[in-house]
Amino acid sequence: MIIEAIGLRKSYGANDVLSGVDLSVEEGSVLALLGPNGAGKTTAVRILTTLTRPDSGTATVAGYDVLREPARVRGAISLTGQYSAVDENQTGRENLVMVGRLMHLGRRAAQRRTAEFLEQFGLTDAMDRRVKTYSGGMRRKLDLAMSLIARPQVIFLDEPTTGLDPASRSAMWDAIVDLVRDGTTILLTTQYLEEADRLADRILLLDHGRIVASGTADSLKAQIGGERIELRFADDVQLLKATGVLDGVADELVLNVPSDGTAAHLHHVLDVLRDNGLEPERVSSHRPTLDDVFLALTA
Amino acid sequence: MSHQGVVAACSDAATMIDRSVRLARRNVDTLFASILLPLLMMALFVYVFGGAINTGTEYVNYVVPGILLLTTGYGAASTAMVVADDMNSGMIDRLRSLPIHSFAVLTGHVVASVARNAASTAIVIVASLAMGFRPGGGVVDWLAAAGLLLLYVVALSWLAAGLGVIAKSVESASTLSFFMLFLPYLSSAFVPPESMPSWLQPVSEHQPVTPVIETIRSLLIGTPMGNSGRIALAWCSGLLLFSVVLATSLYRRRNSR
Repeated sequence: MIIEAIGLRKSYGANDVLSGVDLSVEEGSVLALLGPNGAGKTTAVRILTTLTRPDSGTATVAGYDVLREPARVRGAISLTGQYSAVDENQTGRENLVMVGRLMHLGRRAAQRRTAEFLEQFGLTDAMDRRVKTYSGGMRRKLDLAMSLIARPQVIFLDEPTTGLDPASRSAMWDAIVDLVRDGTTILLTTQYLEEADRLADRILLLDHGRIVASGTADSLKAQIGGERIELRFADDVQLLKATGVLDGVADELVLNVPSDGTAAHLHHVLDVLRDNGLEPERVSSHRPTLDDVFLALTA
Repeated sequence: MSHQGVVAACSDAATMIDRSVRLARRNVDTLFASILLPLLMMALFVYVFGGAINTGTEYVNYVVPGILLLTTGYGAASTAMVVADDMNSGMIDRLRSLPIHSFAVLTGHVVASVARNAASTAIVIVASLAMGFRPGGGVVDWLAAAGLLLLYVVALSWLAAGLGVIAKSVESASTLSFFMLFLPYLSSAFVPPESMPSWLQPVSEHQPVTPVIETIRSLLIGTPMGNSGRIALAWCSGLLLFSVVLATSLYRRRNSR
């Protein structure tokens, strides 16, 4: 296990931010810490990246103890935080070269790798502009590039796409997927189920400083019921007939039918209804959201 | 620390100096204020108050050493604000999560502060010559004065960096560093301490600014030195040692919140 934490606790005054969190991440895999604001995601990341001391509990990252060997941990990791850690008044290129130099790459090597990353992240055109003129997406990309320039063994991404527009978000996801392909271990936090689903091998669901569920995206979705089609009927008679021909759960005048979300399945459902002379008043499809996960698992 | 460790630490410090100097050069407001304010103060004292203050010499000759220290006070105060701003930025988390020496970041800020101060001091000296400042002193005197001023600026900048680290915000850094701006007014910078009420005279005589000013005055104008040179050196070195230890340990402490 390249990341291993046991019994992490942290409180600020009377406010318990983490109340005993265990987690472990296998080398080369992606773990997502999923939870709403205030769940303790950032605090967990800050402890694992040596920025905050836990009140109790132990953690090792890349084989080093975060409390006893913080310098060695820092040498093996990189952190991309929620607020972009870039100098607004330096250019993109200056920011990257600086971090390369701090990682003790030679001047030439730092410049060469800077050029590679600017290219890879599509920032070459903007490299000599000050970062304060960058868009949110460009900043985040630069931020990630700065984290990667040192070729860390473990990358921590704290809400990497919060506040980004959809196009930037998807570009960010592609960049992360590329990293995963190279075998980098990633621990990311997110509020978005979709993001965890897309990127993570395993998901830990964090709420009020506790882990309330863990597993693969599929297993979590299975726990909360997955996607469904909602069919609303005009009266109880039709609803009763429909429950006879379709698998689903009736609730008032609505029949909830589990679905895989494909058009083919929707066709099939509507065909079955028509063959039986049934006509729903309204049809809508419903995908599980983080809200559903939380309602299901924290209620 | 191993040889390799020393090389790495120096390289980190050089990189951070590079960063801070570049950021300082681009922070036009701060740069402008740290040059313009002392110039305005000097004009104010020379042309407005000076006529009413009797120092036994040409007032402009009396006041310039004080203005030089006031300039460094402004410079240091803005350093506290720059450091506080940096400590609250996302960048500092990145710097802290990198395997670099904890003093490198602050060293960068201090060197940038000293460079900014050197520039504004040079401009103030040129302006003072235009306003009628007629210093004496040979090359050695000027070098000694510059050396003492440099030591004072370095010490004050480290102190300011420490204040910047503990300040919760840029505003509170500005408040904390207020006394740096205030101390010269309670010294022999603008009026002879003998003209102050008797209860204030000891404050004026036993604070770091007065011996530094008296030493510079003696070197550049030829007033009697007495033992102010030694006292000034002792104050500055003591302040420097205290401030470096304070700032770096505060920085490390803040690291492990």
